[in-house]
Amino acid sequence: MSNPDDVVVVDARRLLCPMPVIRVQNAAKKLSPGARIKAICTDPGALNDIPAWSRINGHKIIEITSKDDEHIIILEVGEQ
Amino acid sequence: MLAARAIQEQGIYVEGLNFFTGFCVEGHTHAIRKKDQNRPKRNNALWVAEQLGIKLHFVDVVEEYKEVLFNPKHGYGANLNPCLDCKIFMVEKALEWIRENDFDFIITGEVIGQRPKSQRKETMPVIARESGAEGLLLRPLCGKNLPATTPEQEGWIDREGLFDFSGRTRKPQMALAKRYGFEEYAQPAGGCCFLTDAPYSVKLADLWKSRGEKEYELDDIMLLKVGRHLRPKPEFKVIISREEGEGKFLQGYKNQYISLKTTSHAGPLALLDGRVEPEDLELAARIVARYSQGRSAEQVELEIREKDGTTRTLSVTPMPPHEIQKEWQL
Ligand code: SF4
Repeated sequence: MSNPDDVVVVDARRLLCPMPVIRVQNAAKKLSPGARIKAICTDPGALNDIPAWSRINGHKIIEITSKDDEHIIILEVGEQ
Repeated sequence: MLAARAIQEQGIYVEGLNFFTGFCVEGHTHAIRKKDQNRPKRNNALWVAEQLGIKLHFVDVVEEYKEVLFNPKHGYGANLNPCLDCKIFMVEKALEWIRENDFDFIITGEVIGQRPKSQRKETMPVIARESGAEGLLLRPLCGKNLPATTPEQEGWIDREGLFDFSGRTRKPQMALAKRYGFEEYAQPAGGCCFLTDAPYSVKLADLWKSRGEKEYELDDIMLLKVGRHLRPKPEFKVIISREEGEGKFLQGYKNQYISLKTTSHAGPLALLDGRVEPEDLELAARIVARYSQGRSAEQVELEIREKDGTTRTLSVTPMPPHEIQKEWQL
């Protein structure tokens, strides 16, 4: 298990779906279960896509926050 | 969706692959255009995977796809869509993926005769052969009309559980969807990407012509989906937002392109793409002013922003509609 304090930041600002999901997916592939990813997105579509992708691939959404036009999604990597 | 469920029904473990070429219709324009923001923004591939209870992997093929699009061995469809080469390429990538991830065979939802060019009885073996997948490519929805594949010969699956759908009718698919209990079954009847779209293909062809070669970056092809494109001179074009959502999107590119914005009147944001000489700025500004609220004013003031952030103001007379040449509009 990784230390949950280690957060890998994925800057997906300006990218349109499904690019933010692809960036998160590629980051997750390199991490072990328990590691966290913080995705910063501007496409509101990511608010649906990243949680949906997490659900079907066994990752867990920890927190979603939106401020102005930026959305931050924190997730915990599951078994892969 | 149906093909995957048919195979799951035979007790086979399935995972999904979704190839991202950069031209996929998925979500993009919805996300850009403000008026579309209330539409559901779900990604169809993810939604389907969730209905099926399978994992889904996105495969970024943006760079590799260029070769397919630039030189399609089997040519283009009605527009710049190289469907047959595209399918061969995707099956080839799927083959690579199953080898790396220890899967046994590939399934697709193709149906003989469903698409005029790429889904004909003659093209089915072409895809299997040229992708290198050969007998490892199974089409559950029309498999009964095709020679037995490796999964059938090896007894991994039962041929009796496959279907014999053919032609453009979707009735059997609808009936099967109902049988499987899928309340919503949405398969696009047209193409799955912008390359099948005539206006989009015109803009892409123009981009290649203006650059003197078939080349593009991801940003180029994203921008082709947004705004009004006018090419008043061979060397450059003006991309003008049509509403607020597009304006916001174009704003994200202001460090890569010279941008123009009307300041004396409400108006669109515009980007200049190509080689712009100082004397071209007035021409571009007059065009942009024409699409602002000041279109009938004597003078309209615009801010011109260079890529490095330096700005200056220009005052111009909006171009009257009859001076905007038809051939400028892409
Ligand atoms: S419509 Fe589908 S098969 Fe045809 S080029 Fe686009 S992605 Fe490929």
